[in-house]
Amino acid sequence: QVSSAAAAGGPYPKRVKVVEVGPRDGLQNEKNLVPTPVKINLINMLSETGLQVIEATSFVSPKWVPQMADHTEVLQGIRKCPGISYPVLTPNLRGFQAAVAAGAKEVSIFGAASELFTQKNINCSIEESLERFEEVMRAAKEASIPVRGYVSCVLGCPYEGKISAAKVAEVSKKMYSMGCYEISLGDTIGVGTPGSMREMLAAVMKEVPVGALAVHCHDTYGQALANILVALQMGVSVVDASVAGLGGCPYAQGASGNVATEDLVYMLNGLGIHTGVDLQKLMDTGTFICNALNRKTNSKVSQASCRL
Amino acid sequence: QEPQASGLPEYIKIVEVGPRDGLQNEKVIVPTDVKIELINQLSKTGLPAIEVTSFVSSKWVPQMADHKEVMRGIERHPGVQYPVLTPNLQGFHSAIAAGATEVSVFGAASESFSKMNINCSIEESIERFEEVTKSARSMNIPVRGYVSCALGCPYEGNIVPDKVAEVSKRLYSMGCYEISLGDTIGVGTPGSMKKMLEAVMKEIPLSALAVHCHDTYGQALANILTAMQMGVSVVDSSVAGLGGCPYAKGATGNVATEDVIYMLNGLGINTGVNLCAVMEAGNFICTALNKKTNSKVAQASFSTGTIN
Repeated sequence: QVSSAAAAGGPYPKRVKVVEVGPRDGLQNEKNLVPTPVKINLINMLSETGLQVIEATSFVSPKWVPQMADHTEVLQGIRKCPGISYPVLTPNLRGFQAAVAAGAKEVSIFGAASELFTQKNINCSIEESLERFEEVMRAAKEASIPVRGYVSCVLGCPYEGKISAAKVAEVSKKMYSMGCYEISLGDTIGVGTPGSMREMLAAVMKEVPVGALAVHCHDTYGQALANILVALQMGVSVVDASVAGLGGCPYAQGASGNVATEDLVYMLNGLGIHTGVDLQKLMDTGTFICNALNRKTNSKVSQASCRL
Repeated sequence: QEPQASGLPEYIKIVEVGPRDGLQNEKVIVPTDVKIELINQLSKTGLPAIEVTSFVSSKWVPQMADHKEVMRGIERHPGVQYPVLTPNLQGFHSAIAAGATEVSVFGAASESFSKMNINCSIEESIERFEEVTKSARSMNIPVRGYVSCALGCPYEGNIVPDKVAEVSKRLYSMGCYEISLGDTIGVGTPGSMKKMLEAVMKEIPLSALAVHCHDTYGQALANILTAMQMGVSVVDSSVAGLGGCPYAKGATGNVATEDVIYMLNGLGINTGVNLCAVMEAGNFICTALNKKTNSKVAQASFSTGTIN
């Protein structure tokens, strides 16, 4: 454990688990759609980089998320490497059942610390969403399937603005109590700074053990790595990121979204923190998917290393 | 937010280097009146120091050929410093004749970089600077010292922290009131920043130190945060992140002033700078340069129409 008074840069965790969300969170928020074989190849390439967790797809109705319409084909088509987990999103019991039928061995559910965001995003209240998740948790427990919980808008909401740290702690606690093995705290619109990150984590850590916490920072305001640094200083050792920084921000057109996995790994390497990830292979994977999407990478490490 | 509670400085002095370091490293050369307008706009933002131009031979740095006209043409706001670069005694005299009241000298922690950049060894460059500081002292002109390649060199690779400390000490001893430690190619991470600062802080008082971080590998804000956690309270940055990296084509260079201020505001740290005003100046110069801003805050704010 690290006390928050360890202000002068550490100590840091010795190992950090990087959760790769590019194939799901990333591709879901890209303008261009990629064909199924490209998604499968992307995930297969990511499987060769040393990443231990790769979020593969989302079992949501294609009416809402057309980019993830091929969820069954993707999950069934990828090479499932031993030792690597391929969680998929399941918003409700139906999605969960479809995911398990397609071979899923781990699922994720998405809550939020904002009532308005929940209404606009999944058309119900926070309380109602938690009831839906209880159904998923029950079925998952029976099937021995681990469930990861996400809490969106932890540092700000596109509709409500400021979000209280106490509310984040309350929702996190509920999701952890219902059986999620890990809670990923998402700065959905990237407005957080090291100050608000520290305050939010201090509140959440009163309710959920730090070993069960992850941060999911967006780089929309360029704050992601600084926010992640503070989270690490407070003892968090699981960090979500997206190869090539895939995935723009749906609330700020043209702005960036997810933090780039390459830039995160570069920082962790420099801190001597073990991730098991091969940065070069990761960059090659980023190059592949950017070519397929016909776009430039959002990773500065990739940009800098490309000496054309 | 209480910066003191988290061990951070209460006030950070921001040194704006866009008009010099920024424009010097942009592909497009802007006309003199545009430079003057940029500096005048920056003067109204609350920035305490704005690096105006460079009294270097136009043969080497054509972008700064109009140094005299710029120096003479800008508005001089009370309470704002307008330092200029002076590589040698000749440049210094020229700067004073044009009305400069503060100058900067540029050393490096790498022999190879020194030779390639200014065609002499570190020792020879120190001798040149001593001439400048002697003259400056006799005229009561403050001198700021820069140390390039503090966290890595494009030619030598790794740079030993003790070397950075040694060069910094030489510059400080000869009379530089402040030493700005530059991560010239942006390769530094919080790990190497901490080690370097620990070595330099043995030789130079904290209050005389500044960090000049490049964002080429996306590490700048995390590095700046680390420096602040160690007590550094002066940060260099460039409006709109002007100035690419001459050593990695297409890659970014200076960290964007807007993104730094956003982080400091979020931390409750006082800078005296109005973020909106800086964004307007950034918008002005990017329009003139016909380029997109490198500031993520500017990108996001422009898209949403608000500043979060």
